[in-house]
Amino acid sequence: MIRVTNLTKWYGSFVAVDNISFEVEGGGVVGFLGPNGAGKTTTIRILTCYHPATSGSATIANFDVFADSLEVRRRIGYLPESTPLYPEMRVREYLNFRGKLRGLDHSERGEAIRRVTNRCWLTEFIDRPIGQLSKGMRQRVGLADAIMHDPPVLILDEPTIGLDPTQIRETRNLIRELGERHTVLLSSHILHEVEQTCSRAIIIASGRILASGSPRELRERFSAQGRVVAELKGPVHEVEKGVRAINGVRDLELTSDNGWVRLSVQPKPECDIREDLFRLTHSQGWPLRELHREGATLEDFFVKIIAEQQQRKQ
Amino acid sequence: MRNIVTMMQREVGGYFLSPIAYITMAIFLFACGLAFGLGVFQSGAESTLRPLLEFWIIVILVFVLPMLTMRLISEEFRSGTIETLLTVPIKETEIVLGKFLGAFAVYGVLIATLLLYPVILAIFGQLDVMLLICNYIGLVLIGGLYIAVGLFFSACTKHQIIAVLLSFALLALLTFASQGLATITEIGWLRVLLQQVSIRTHFHDFVRGLIDLNHVVFFVTMTGLFLFLTVKRLEMRRWQ
Repeated sequence: MIRVTNLTKWYGSFVAVDNISFEVEGGGVVGFLGPNGAGKTTTIRILTCYHPATSGSATIANFDVFADSLEVRRRIGYLPESTPLYPEMRVREYLNFRGKLRGLDHSERGEAIRRVTNRCWLTEFIDRPIGQLSKGMRQRVGLADAIMHDPPVLILDEPTIGLDPTQIRETRNLIRELGERHTVLLSSHILHEVEQTCSRAIIIASGRILASGSPRELRERFSAQGRVVAELKGPVHEVEKGVRAINGVRDLELTSDNGWVRLSVQPKPECDIREDLFRLTHSQGWPLRELHREGATLEDFFVKIIAEQQQRKQ
Repeated sequence: MRNIVTMMQREVGGYFLSPIAYITMAIFLFACGLAFGLGVFQSGAESTLRPLLEFWIIVILVFVLPMLTMRLISEEFRSGTIETLLTVPIKETEIVLGKFLGAFAVYGVLIATLLLYPVILAIFGQLDVMLLICNYIGLVLIGGLYIAVGLFFSACTKHQIIAVLLSFALLALLTFASQGLATITEIGWLRVLLQQVSIRTHFHDFVRGLIDLNHVVFFVTMTGLFLFLTVKRLEMRRWQ
């Protein structure tokens, strides 16, 4: 549905997007993830035909975003980051205006407005001027506008920014539902959000794609290296000596409090030392009251990738 | 075509939903009323709008029309709605023509209110209807050009105030200053150019009741030129 090939965008002497390629095939919510200034919005603006690329190409439903811009624009629904709207218009007027621009005729518009206002919980506010609505409700108006012509591709740029927790939950549910019928590209800098809503994530930083896969795959790739934490009772020196002897231990931190020793072990890649650790405490007769592997979040993964990248630069 | 009408409807709606149209109309009506009362409606004077049209109306339009056009595109840039607008299937030309026609419709309402004055003159004296028609053709043409210039500057900046000042400056130069500048210029081609672009000179024949094709062509091509430049300004983002 969305195909991006060697896309590069320079702003003057600054490269915002650096030779990225990815593909999104029909259906599902794809997270486009990265810190602020990573190049997410630039990529999205190229995909929505708002800005041209410096080089490379992008197609949506096999139409080129530059050469067949009108065809592409017919097939996308786009919610820009700040949800720009006309404050003097009423919700109904605005949706009607947008529907006309998208070529819906009178009866189609009436039907579409009823459907999207229902879907986005806007029915009560339909005759209110947009300028009087709260940030969360404006966001819903933007979303209603993006889906009113039932486009195959939905592009949402930071759709939950500035919403309160209830609204965030509602919006995420709505996006998940939309993913059942549309291909949704969702940009976000909140990893938690992507983990909750997306079936696939593409991680981008400094204009480059760093990783992609399902949030679970990405998490597993990282949590195989998560620290193992244990708390047991025993003499500090012996514990340290015993644990260091276990095959697969790379690094060890140790604190003791009231006879209890708290261990935080960094295993070597692809090693699970929990079993060996249990055997050690069992054979020595040290009481063990905690043993777990820290569940790495995408957040950790992300921080790590970025740090690695910066190191490489230096 | 449908998109042009949609854009135009939205602009006309936008004018009347915000205070701008009302304030602009109030200023326009007040200024015209003042000029009519002091300059035209005198006992014993000729029953014609000529003193009003010859000078006052163009001064008023140079100030009022940029106020009407300043927000048309600059506000879309400032609020970011340009992004939502340009990502639906609509061509830049349709946006520009729709906005132009929207402002022009409001201008049409403004000059229609001026019909009150010929009615008053007709009560107290003889009115030349053909002259009046000719005057209105002139008003339509000059208004179109002023709106196109204002629209162009509105597309150049996201600050309404800059758009309005640049439009004032260029319109005042073309309308009032170019003839004067031409007489003091030594360089031949520049003198001819300044004489040729003098809007007031081109408008003058319409005030006298003359329709000269030269002047019609001048107004139509200049309006077209500024609309074209506005379209190019919007398309520029595609080549950055």
